[in-house]
Amino acid sequence: MTNSKFKIQDLKFRKLWIGIGILILLAPIGLILPELLKAGGAWGEWGADEIAEWMKKEGLEDYIPEGLKRLSEIWSAPIPDYAFSGWDKGLKSYIGYIFSGIIGTALVIGVSMLIGKIFAGENGNS
Amino acid sequence: MHIPDGYLGPITYGSLWVAIAPIWFYASKKIKETMKASQVPLLALGSAFSFVIMMFNVPIPGGTTGHATGATLIAIFTGPGAAIMAVSIALIIQAIIFGDGGITAIGANCFNIGVAGALVGYGIYRLIAGKSDVKSRKRVIGAGIGAYIGINLAALLTAFQLGIQTVLHVGADGRPLYSPFPLSITIPAIMLEHIFLFGIVEALVTVLVLLYIQKSQPELIRG
Repeated sequence: MTNSKFKIQDLKFRKLWIGIGILILLAPIGLILPELLKAGGAWGEWGADEIAEWMKKEGLEDYIPEGLKRLSEIWSAPIPDYAFSGWDKGLKSYIGYIFSGIIGTALVIGVSMLIGKIFAGENGNS
Repeated sequence: MHIPDGYLGPITYGSLWVAIAPIWFYASKKIKETMKASQVPLLALGSAFSFVIMMFNVPIPGGTTGHATGATLIAIFTGPGAAIMAVSIALIIQAIIFGDGGITAIGANCFNIGVAGALVGYGIYRLIAGKSDVKSRKRVIGAGIGAYIGINLAALLTAFQLGIQTVLHVGADGRPLYSPFPLSITIPAIMLEHIFLFGIVEALVTVLVLLYIQKSQPELIRG
């Protein structure tokens, strides 16, 4: 792809890319609103440490299921829960959330462009 | 709706990896057939939108949170194949980098959200919209209903997969090894919040963005 083609595309989707940028900057709303309304995480997305508490809430015997505990430790994400260590509360958490949005979006765009290039490439461009 | 590692036993997450593989193959074939190189940024835009919109956690006061996925919406512009790919890429990055959804559950999460939202949700949109003009009201109604049903189907698939673990995997002591909640708990817990809130959020996001595109860049909507 030459630069001139990129410019045409940028013009075509410019408004939409700006929209994505605005959404990233507004993303902390997705942290602030749940905090204000005292809502926790999503149902069934608890860590092994929280699950016993929820089992008790649902009227089940509370313990940490063995397989769940083992499998839940299979992967340590570099930026767990979109938060940077030490930046998990208040204003810092909101800034971290925006950074996570930027990092995540950049990665997603990179992978999509790569996959798109591999598969759509043969069709040439119009 | 992002199932974490540990909630699904190997039979379930393994089957869903097997189920998603041909769908990814279909998606890549569709991209090859229908996407020109100049449209690749649209795939990236869709994936970026899906990633970002899932960061907007909508709270149930004093309860849990949920979010829209954008799956049906993306399909309206890219077709269902590319939309499944776009949502899958977002889900994979979320799992690997941010621990949102499990690594073992990538197949499950991509199947639930991608297939229900991008394939079924889009199918319903097409059924309602028919061959109507891209700027027509029919398109908007179809998109809203498709998105609403799509995310609710995704939620139902998730609730079902979580709920059958107590039957599939039990330890020597008779206690569940993975997700300990039976269907009688997972179905109402996950479905009620999606039927009454998160489904409506998904439909609203879909309708609002589509209305905006109808006004500003209607040529992006597939005929």
